[in-house]
Amino acid sequence: MNPARMLEVRKNVLKQNDVIARALRDRFRAQGTLAVSLVSSPGAGKTTFLEKTLTLLKPHFRVAALVGDLATENDALRLARSQVPVKQITTGTLCHLEAAMIEHALEDWNLGQLDALFVENVGNLVCPASYDLGEDLRIVLLSVTEGEDKPLKYPTIFNSADVAVITKIDLAAAVEFDERAANANIQAVRPGMQVFKVSAKTNEGMDDCLQFLADAFTERSQKMTV
Amino acid sequence: MHELSIAMSIVDMAQEEAARRKVYIEAVHLELGTLSGVVKEALLFSYKVACDGTLLEGSRLVVKDVPIQVYCSSCKMPKTLKSMQLFCCPDCGTQTPEVIHGKELTVTALELKQ
Repeated sequence: MNPARMLEVRKNVLKQNDVIARALRDRFRAQGTLAVSLVSSPGAGKTTFLEKTLTLLKPHFRVAALVGDLATENDALRLARSQVPVKQITTGTLCHLEAAMIEHALEDWNLGQLDALFVENVGNLVCPASYDLGEDLRIVLLSVTEGEDKPLKYPTIFNSADVAVITKIDLAAAVEFDERAANANIQAVRPGMQVFKVSAKTNEGMDDCLQFLADAFTERSQKMTV
Repeated sequence: MHELSIAMSIVDMAQEEAARRKVYIEAVHLELGTLSGVVKEALLFSYKVACDGTLLEGSRLVVKDVPIQVYCSSCKMPKTLKSMQLFCCPDCGTQTPEVIHGKELTVTALELKQ
């Protein structure tokens, strides 16, 4: 029998997504817009965190948000209370956002010049890890009620993120959250990652987190003018 | 569970190559990194489903696992991680944020029918 004939190809399976993501990233950069995505498990508090973030940033920056969800538009309605432009991406049964959905959502949306575009992914700590959305900054959220070992259970998505935000810190004592263990676990799967602790309900820790974002927006817009 | 859509992308890509080159494909070879976010077992199952009714029906998906390789700034060389839960050099313990390999989700070769 002849040896098998092999045809070398070397093609990235997610090439299509990556090409669109790269184009989006270039476009955000050219416009001086910082794209920030949020990933977490369902119920970690992405929407509450984002609503508070948009409300507090609105007086100082031009911000907008895209929010992905399987079936409802509830999150967009909640975020709309912050009175910034918000658009829902309903994914149907798809468990994650893809770059093409971001591109499509932006098509008929005239936003002018934005300082920042937030993209809230579908609540899921698995699938979103594989898809580049063209974001500049990926924030992974972890609520104190979920347990300190989440980073070890989902190392792929924690490793893919740039910043971690521990949410619902006002409940830390009630659920005996071990902050040191959580930090150690985050650093184990993503050494050097910056971690913020916040409560979007009481505003505890929000200042530091918003200052970090504000600095990132400013840096982006300065780079554009240079 | 996004493995089915990944499997469909693999089948689409392979079908396109097969049609363009007028060949029949016996197997698709794939490099799958530990950090790709794709579960091998789910992908192998989904591949069969994705192949149904296509030119690739009956073909195999051959997966080569790619472990996580990082750069150790103390040892000044690439190292392979023992665990994806600990991004530290296995030899000296230095933290290793720089990932060199392990995110692969790459079709490397097509095995053709004789």
